[in-house]
Amino acid sequence: MSDHEYTPKSKFGKWFNDRLPLLTLANHLTDYPTPKNLNYWWTFGGILTFCLITQIVTGLVLAMHYIAHADMAFDSVEHIMRDVNYGWLIRYIHANGASMFFLAVYIHIFRSLFYGSYKAPREIIWIIGIIIYLLMMAAAFLGYVLPWGQMSFWGATVITNLFSAIPLVGEGIVTWLWGGYSVDNPTLTRFFTLHYLIPFLILGLVVLHIWALHVPGNNNPVGIDIKKPSKDTVPFHPYIVIKDGFALLMFMIVFAFFVFYTPNILGHADNYIEANPLVTPAHIVPEWYLLPFYAILRSVPDKLLGVVAMLSAILILAALPWLDTSKIRSAVFRPLYRQFYWILVADVLILGYVGAMPAEGLYLLVARVATAYYFLHFLVILPVLGWKEKTLPIPLSITEPILGGSPNLATAKNKESLNK
Amino acid sequence: MTEKKTNRRDFLFTATYAVGAVGVGATIWPMIDQMNPDASVKALASTEVDVSAVNPGKTITVLWRGKPIFIRRRTQDEIAEARSVKLEDLKHPEKDEDRAANPEWLVMLGVCTHLGCVPLDQKGEYNGWFCPCHGSHYDISGRIRKGPAPTNMEIPKYEFVNANTIKIG
Amino acid sequence: MKNFFKIFSFIILFSGLSLSTQAAEKVEYLKTDWSFKGPFGKFDRAALQRGYQVYTEVCSSCHSMKYLSYRNLAEKGGPEFSIEQAKAIAASFEVKDGPNSDGDMFTRPGRLSDKFVMPYDNVQAAQAANGGAYPPDMSVLVKARGGGVDYIYSLLQGYEDPPAGVTLDDGVYYNKYMYGNKIKMANQLSDGLVEYSDGTTASVEQMSKDVTTFLMWSAEPHLESRHQMGFKAIVYLIILTILVYFSMKRIWSRIETEV
Repeated sequence: MSDHEYTPKSKFGKWFNDRLPLLTLANHLTDYPTPKNLNYWWTFGGILTFCLITQIVTGLVLAMHYIAHADMAFDSVEHIMRDVNYGWLIRYIHANGASMFFLAVYIHIFRSLFYGSYKAPREIIWIIGIIIYLLMMAAAFLGYVLPWGQMSFWGATVITNLFSAIPLVGEGIVTWLWGGYSVDNPTLTRFFTLHYLIPFLILGLVVLHIWALHVPGNNNPVGIDIKKPSKDTVPFHPYIVIKDGFALLMFMIVFAFFVFYTPNILGHADNYIEANPLVTPAHIVPEWYLLPFYAILRSVPDKLLGVVAMLSAILILAALPWLDTSKIRSAVFRPLYRQFYWILVADVLILGYVGAMPAEGLYLLVARVATAYYFLHFLVILPVLGWKEKTLPIPLSITEPILGGSPNLATAKNKESLNK
Repeated sequence: MTEKKTNRRDFLFTATYAVGAVGVGATIWPMIDQMNPDASVKALASTEVDVSAVNPGKTITVLWRGKPIFIRRRTQDEIAEARSVKLEDLKHPEKDEDRAANPEWLVMLGVCTHLGCVPLDQKGEYNGWFCPCHGSHYDISGRIRKGPAPTNMEIPKYEFVNANTIKIG
Repeated sequence: MKNFFKIFSFIILFSGLSLSTQAAEKVEYLKTDWSFKGPFGKFDRAALQRGYQVYTEVCSSCHSMKYLSYRNLAEKGGPEFSIEQAKAIAASFEVKDGPNSDGDMFTRPGRLSDKFVMPYDNVQAAQAANGGAYPPDMSVLVKARGGGVDYIYSLLQGYEDPPAGVTLDDGVYYNKYMYGNKIKMANQLSDGLVEYSDGTTASVEQMSKDVTTFLMWSAEPHLESRHQMGFKAIVYLIILTILVYFSMKRIWSRIETEV
């Protein structure tokens, strides 16, 4: 952890710290040496922490007024919106907060992809991150069921039916998930329980994510290892705290705009109709943040394979540190990878777009091409690129980027010597 | 660094902290206020009770704001008893005339002023109410006579809409 | 800093994109100027009161509004009837209450705390009385329809004779704004149908606008305080952002690195 021993100044502080080293931890967090060349893409870690806390706090408040019962859930949400003091504000923050959370997490993930933050020695940070992302999707899906509107009900029906694709035991699993023969009250109550649990699991994993980060320290835009602490680093407090704070405030302005002026734009109108097991809405779409995976699911004509493809699209990310064979982290020094990176970004945006459109005609064709390319990127392009790509000269240190060196110098083998 | 520059820095940081603190406070308030009674609870402030079927010497209990209201139609003996008690004998001196404007009807919040239990009817040493939780005795006017409760049972705001209907709240 | 604006514009662009995908399959609805749109938007009280009149005299015979209470009519940000007016409105309805001490249900005049009286006891009764179609509850109707207020406003004025080639079953009507153009609700509005107490001419257009405004309020009763609070919150955030920006510049100037 910290590179120097910390001794509290006061006598009581020392007494306490010897028994529970909270002050050492606080000191480590404030002094934590951070590369000083981090750009604003790096502020999203802090923003995500804010999102998680916001969701947990507003969620706890909503749970004080929400009733997890099929006959009363929709009414209780309207009760929150109309009668509870500031209920409308808290619910709109929570509902839009989910979208803002995903917006931030996608930026965070794509920053990592661009600067190679998932590469050694940061594989564990990356994998914990992927697990957090999966849990976020689960929490978001479960949470969307709770208002018990039409989209809640039919979304729950469609997603739980994915499990029926599993051979032999699939039907049994679905019935078990539902606690009945359809999505109904038992399903709602267990979804509420799990929706309440998952954020705390995420919180625990976030602690591990940060712990794992603090072992090797932050990656940086140049992507080379730096000595800590050194003239290349600044203490986390106040430098990074104030910078994260500034970025967070800008983020909150966007957030506030959604909450106060277009609170329902990211949701679906059908979810203001109470759940009705007899009528399916004309056009079922998941929330925007799940659309790319929804497009992958629909682009495969086989039920089981569709589910497998969708899951693989997420799980493949966990193998990324080993699929990407390049020793250079930052895309800044990988001209070819940089181009493929932007193609991947476009590919995912296209998948998201076709995911919102009806699965027919041209949309379906585009979805299939984009799905194929998604897997091609990770399974073929990345491994091959690592061998073939001619990378740019890597600077020796982040403070002297112009001095430069040869690409060979900066490969993993030579990192040790760079640090000395 | 000059003296002036330091002051400016101090001012900037102080202003930032102060403005930030205001925002934190303004954000916390809705999270606290949401636990206060909501608009639908506040709206249920009054309830009307038909008392035409209550005979003298009987008590009915109705629910008002989630709490029991005792409505007792007192007999002439009970009224005489309640009115004859000397104020200096009382722990919480209150005239029966002030507690029951219409002496025949005692309308009272049926909650013991000690720790909130519901006292039992026609029990205790004073022919009134007796709280089973910690042994407080109330007389036929609902006044505390013995036991740990500090004050008499509360009289809610009520009025007779007509001879048979009481509006509470 | 340059980099930062790139990110910021990316977020804005993204938000814009998500908005435009929502708007993808839009029909051209009739346009009118809503007083409640925009960051400073407020309801037009007179329109809300007229809209309530249209709802009670026209819509309420089939459509319920189960999430509204009579007290809402006097609340701030709504039609703002006086307490006395709202009490009188509530008392003009017979509310089912009970059971009484004999175990019987009974009716009594409504009170402020009562919910709006529903035209039918349950969904089945509503369907039976309306040829199988359930007249939807109107409390959150505006939010439950893709086009929102513009859709409702247009639909009310969208009745036409069916074009050649379209055959309609009994009890089905042609409406050019309805999804699929077939609607089970007959045209309800005609000029002069209600008599506004404030003397406004009750044209179909006027009534549509008034009742839609009323429905917008019923779906979003805190819209006004939301707009007001939003303005304060965003102004506050901008001020704090500027202060934090200069504090950041000051702090980072100690180490001569560009932020």
